[in-house]
Amino acid sequence: MTVIEICFGMLCLAMFLAFIRLAIGPSTPDRVVALDLLAVIAVGMIIVYSVATSLAVFLDAAIVLALVGFAGTVAFSRYIERRSGSR
Amino acid sequence: MSVASALLLIMGCTFLILAALGIVRMPDLYIRMSAASKALTLGVGLLALGLAIHMPDAGVITRAILLIVLFLLKAPVAAHALGRAAYLDGVPLWEATIVDEMRDRDLRTGKANGEVALAAEGQAGEDGSCTPER
Repeated sequence: MTVIEICFGMLCLAMFLAFIRLAIGPSTPDRVVALDLLAVIAVGMIIVYSVATSLAVFLDAAIVLALVGFAGTVAFSRYIERRSGSR
Repeated sequence: MSVASALLLIMGCTFLILAALGIVRMPDLYIRMSAASKALTLGVGLLALGLAIHMPDAGVITRAILLIVLFLLKAPVAAHALGRAAYLDGVPLWEATIVDEMRDRDLRTGKANGEVALAAEGQAGEDGSCTPER
């Protein structure tokens, strides 16, 4: 078993755990945290795949995914904050 | 693949698993966010470092550094914004929490609510109930 396969297995386990919190999270911010963690684990998977294929082009996708995940988290938090202010 | 990059990749994946484990096991949204945001920053940073050692090329190293700096900047900002929004939304704290500095303050401005709040602050440490008041 190579290092790459071990890494992919560990990342799959991490993604599964994050999905558990996404499914059971009692409040909306819980689910947003789990979603952010899923995006970050996807970035990690892209990095490991880039190592496995020795191709650097996938790194651009990783950077874009990190930026989109950050924008999504901040947008969700603004939305939650505005919802809490209206009641 | 060199030993150093393999070791860094394994360590990075381990920290990502720890972040996911913390998000499942921790008792409270705020503790979960604390566990996750630190561990995932370190995990992705180690993965990017392993990649930079695996392919020591100018473009790859630049992108790895960009990823690390990006995560160092974005993780605290995202955690702060989300934690503030969750507190304002009334997500309860863990019942064993002993410090809640926002408890007797105005939730919007963060200022203390005058004399009444100061009097209540004196006994805040004793009763230990720290649910945000609505």
